[in-house]
Amino acid sequence: MAARTLTIDGRLVSARAGESILEAARDAGIHIPTLCYLDGLSEVGACRLCLVEVAGSNRLLPACLTPVSEGMEVQTATERLREHRRAIVELLFAERNHVCAVCVASGNCELQNLAIQVGMTHVRYDYLNPVCAVDISHPQFGIDHNRCVLCARCVRACDEVEGVHTWDVAGRGIHARVITDLGVPWGQAETCTSCGKCLLACPTGAIFRRGTSVAELERDPKRIAQIVAARQERW
Amino acid sequence: MDLAELHAIAERERARRKAVRVLCCTSSGCQASRSLELFHQLEAAVTATGQDEAVEVASVGCMGFCGQGPMVRVEPANLLFERVRPEQAPEIIAALAGQPCSVERGDPNHPFFTRQMHVVRRNGGIIDPERIEEYIAAGGYEALYRVLHDFSPAEVIQEITRSGLRGRGGAGYPTGLKWATVAKSPGERKFVVCNGDEGDPGAFMDRSILESDPHLVLEGMAIAAYAVGAHEGYIFVRGEYPLAIQRLNRAINQARKLGLLGSQIFETAFDFKVEIRVGAGAFVCGEETALIASIEGRRGQPRPRPPYPAEKGLWGFPTLINNVETFANIVPIIENGADWYAAIGTEKSKGTKVFALTGKVRNTGLIEVPMGMTLREIVEDLGGGSPDGTPVKAVQTGGPSGGCIPARLFDTPVDYESLAAAGSIMGSGGMVVMDDHTSMVEIARFYMAFCMDESCGKCVPCRVGTVQMHRLLSKIAAGQATPVDLEQLEQLCRLVRETSLCGLGQSAPNPVLSTLRYFREEYEALLREDAAASANGKP
Amino acid sequence: MSNRAPADPAPTADNRQKLLEATMRRHQYRPDALIEVLHKAQELYGHLSPQLLASIARSLHLPPSRVYGVATFYHFFSLAPQGEHTCTVCLGTACYVKGAMEILTALEAETGLKAGHTSPDGRLSLLTARCLGACGIAPAVVLDGVVIGHADAETLRARLHALLEATPVAS
Repeated sequence: MAARTLTIDGRLVSARAGESILEAARDAGIHIPTLCYLDGLSEVGACRLCLVEVAGSNRLLPACLTPVSEGMEVQTATERLREHRRAIVELLFAERNHVCAVCVASGNCELQNLAIQVGMTHVRYDYLNPVCAVDISHPQFGIDHNRCVLCARCVRACDEVEGVHTWDVAGRGIHARVITDLGVPWGQAETCTSCGKCLLACPTGAIFRRGTSVAELERDPKRIAQIVAARQERW
Repeated sequence: MDLAELHAIAERERARRKAVRVLCCTSSGCQASRSLELFHQLEAAVTATGQDEAVEVASVGCMGFCGQGPMVRVEPANLLFERVRPEQAPEIIAALAGQPCSVERGDPNHPFFTRQMHVVRRNGGIIDPERIEEYIAAGGYEALYRVLHDFSPAEVIQEITRSGLRGRGGAGYPTGLKWATVAKSPGERKFVVCNGDEGDPGAFMDRSILESDPHLVLEGMAIAAYAVGAHEGYIFVRGEYPLAIQRLNRAINQARKLGLLGSQIFETAFDFKVEIRVGAGAFVCGEETALIASIEGRRGQPRPRPPYPAEKGLWGFPTLINNVETFANIVPIIENGADWYAAIGTEKSKGTKVFALTGKVRNTGLIEVPMGMTLREIVEDLGGGSPDGTPVKAVQTGGPSGGCIPARLFDTPVDYESLAAAGSIMGSGGMVVMDDHTSMVEIARFYMAFCMDESCGKCVPCRVGTVQMHRLLSKIAAGQATPVDLEQLEQLCRLVRETSLCGLGQSAPNPVLSTLRYFREEYEALLREDAAASANGKP
Repeated sequence: MSNRAPADPAPTADNRQKLLEATMRRHQYRPDALIEVLHKAQELYGHLSPQLLASIARSLHLPPSRVYGVATFYHFFSLAPQGEHTCTVCLGTACYVKGAMEILTALEAETGLKAGHTSPDGRLSLLTARCLGACGIAPAVVLDGVVIGHADAETLRARLHALLEATPVAS
C-alpha cells in the first residue's frame, strides 16, 4: 500500500494511504485524546476531543475521521486545542452526575483518565444535575444514565459487532438518552442477547455488571477490536 | 409531449382567459385571514351579477404584501385591494363596473412593489399554482425542452457557472461549481435533492415559492438532474407547510401526466422522477448531511464532512443538494442567458434575493430585490420604517446562525461578503427588524434557546455548550451576572464555534457575538459588580 | 404540532390499519420510508403508541430501538395522546418580536397549563411551534388547525374559552 509522509507535532511520520491521522499518530507514539472512538467500531467524530489543527485548513478536524495526505502538517496539542479539550471534558462533567468517589468504574474509567490528562482541576460551568434513572432490570447488567456521556459506543458495538441493535439514542439535544428497544427497561428488551459487548464498549461506569461496587468494574474495551479482527481472519 | 403540444396547451389556456381577472391570494398567510372564503364569495358575486362571460376569479399565489392580506388584484385595470373581508366581495365586483367601493385600496405604485425585481417570484400572485396550464402559458417547461434538445449537460453547467448564481440556502457556495462536482463524481446512481426545510424562524421565502409556483422549482430540478446525470430527485419540505406539500404533490402529478416528469421526457432519453419527503420538525435537517439522514429514514444527525454529499450523499451516491430558491433561479437563467443574470446584482453576488421582511416594520411581507440594495433602502423605502415611530435599532439576518446589524450600518449593501463583514450572514433570507423596545440580550437568549432545543445532541460542545451559554444569558438578562460570567460566555462562544460538528453548533454563538459586538453596553448595563468577583479579578 | 390536514376522509377504527398498510406497501416496506410511515400513523391514530411503533418496526424490518430513536428525535411525533383541542403558539422570531411570549404567558395563566402539556381531562393541549412561516401576520397562533394571524391574548382567551365551553367532552 502506498505510503504517505506527513509531520505530526513537527515530527516526520510515515503512514499508509487511507489511514486516519489518529492511527498515524498512534503508530508514531503520539497520543491524541479520544472518547467516542473505539477500535473495531465505526467512527462518528462526536466527542470532538481528537480535534487537531491541520495547516491550510481554517477549521479544526477530527483526527479519527481525517485521512492522512502527503505533506500534511498536523498539530495535536497546541494551547488552543488543550484549552478546548479541557473545556469539553468540563462540559461533560457538568452535564450529568460524575462523582468518581462513588462510581463502580473509578480507576477504570476513560472519562476520569481524560480529566487527569487534560489537567481538569475544577469545573467552571453550572452542574446541570438532571434526574437520570438507574436501570437494573436486566439480570446480569445495569445502566446508570447519570454516568452516560452519549458516546454511542454501546449502540455501535451492539449494531456493528453483535448485530442486533438493541441500543439506540432517543430524544435529542440535552435530553438525549441511550435506550433499549422501544425505550423499555433493559430487562424487557426482547432483542438483547445479553452478550455484554455494550459493557465492553462503555467508557465510563454507565453500563456495569450487576453486583460490582465502587471501583470494582473491570473491563477490557480492546476485546471489541479483537472480536472484529478475529471475525475478519476466519477462513 | 413535444414543443408543438406544449405551445398548444399554452394557446388553449390563453384563449380560455376572460377579459377581466380578479386575482385572489390563497397562500397560507392570506388563508389564515379567510382568503379561501373570500375567493368563493368573489366567484359567487361574479355569478350573481351575471358577469361570468367577462370576469373570472383566480386563486393565485403570494403577492408579497402578506401583512396587508388577504390581497385581491384586478387585471388589467391594476387595482389592488388589501385586508379584504369575505363579505366585501360584492363591493369589489361592483367596483369593476365603476361603482364606489369602501374596501381598503393598496397602491400598486408603492416603493414596496416598484423597488422590487421579480426573477424567481415572477409568477407569484399572477398564476394559479394548482393549474399546470397557467404555468405553461407563462412559458413554463420551455427551458427544460431547450436544455434537453439544444444543450449538453456540460453546457448547462457552464451556463449556470457563468451566471454567477450562488446557493440561496445561506452559505453562498457557487452553484455551478457544486453541479460540476456532482457531474464528475462517479456513481451508478445520482440524486438531486431540493432542500425545502426552511427552518430559520422568521423566514418564509421557500414556503411562498413552493406555494405560489411549484412548477418553477420542479423544472429547475429537472434541468439540474439532466446536467449532473441524475434520474431521481427528492423534495424535502417542512411538515409545517401543509399547503406547499399539497400543491407540490398536485404539481408533480400534473407534470407526470403530461410527460414533463417521468420517463423519456420530451421524447428524449432523459428520465427524471421526483418524490416528496415531509420533514418532521427538526431544524438541524436543513444541514445537508442531516437532511440526507432524514431522507434515509434516520435520526436527523449530521456527520462530519468531507466526504461531501456531492461525492457521497444519499445511500452513498453523489447527491446534488440545492435550496428551493436556488432551483427557482435556474429556469430564468436558461431562458434569459447567463449574461443577463450576471448583469443583476454586485460583483460577487449575482441576481436577486428574496427576503422575508418582518418584525417592527410597517410593510411586512416578501420582497425580491437585486443583490447590493442597502439595508436602509430595504427597511426604510420598501419596509416603510418603524410602524409607530419608535426608532429602528437593528436588523437580524440569517436567523439563529446570523447576527444583528445595527441601524448605523444600514448603508451596508446586501450581498454575501458585506453581510459577513458586518458579523452576520446572508442566510436563507429572514430579515427581522427590531426597534428600541427590543432587548438585544433577550434576542441573543431567544436564539440560544432555539439552538439548544434544536441541537441534535450528537457532539458535546453543541449539546452541552448551548445549554451552558443559555444559562449564562438568562443570568445576565435577570441582572444576576458578573463580569466573570460574561467572560465565560465569550469563552464558550469560541469553544462551541470552533469545535462543534456541524453548522448548527458552529454558528450558534453568532447571535451572541454580533450583539456583543454592536450592543455590548446592553449586556454591561445588566451586569452586577460582584464584590468577590471584582476583588479577585481586578487590580 | 400537527396541522396537516388528513388526506383521507374520516378514517374509522377499522380501516386505519388498512390505510397504514397501504402507505407501507406504496413504499415497498423500505426501511427508509420510516418517517413517512410515522407521519401517516400519527395522522391516523393521533399519537404513536408502543404497540403501533412495534408493529411498524416489524413491518419495515427495523430494530425497535431505531424506530423509537427516530420517533423521539422529531418534534412532530407524539408518543402520548394529544388533547381534544390543540392551541399552538408560534414562537418564531417575527412572532417573538411582536409579543408571542406575552400571549403564551397569558394562555398559560388562563389554562393553568405549561406549554407542551395536555390538561388532565384531555380537553386541551397547549403547544408551541418553531415558526409556521406565517411571519407576515405575526404573531400567529394555530387553534385546532386554523391559523389565526395578528393574534392578541384577549381575543384568544375568549376563543379558547368559547371552544372549551361549546364542545362537550367526547366520550
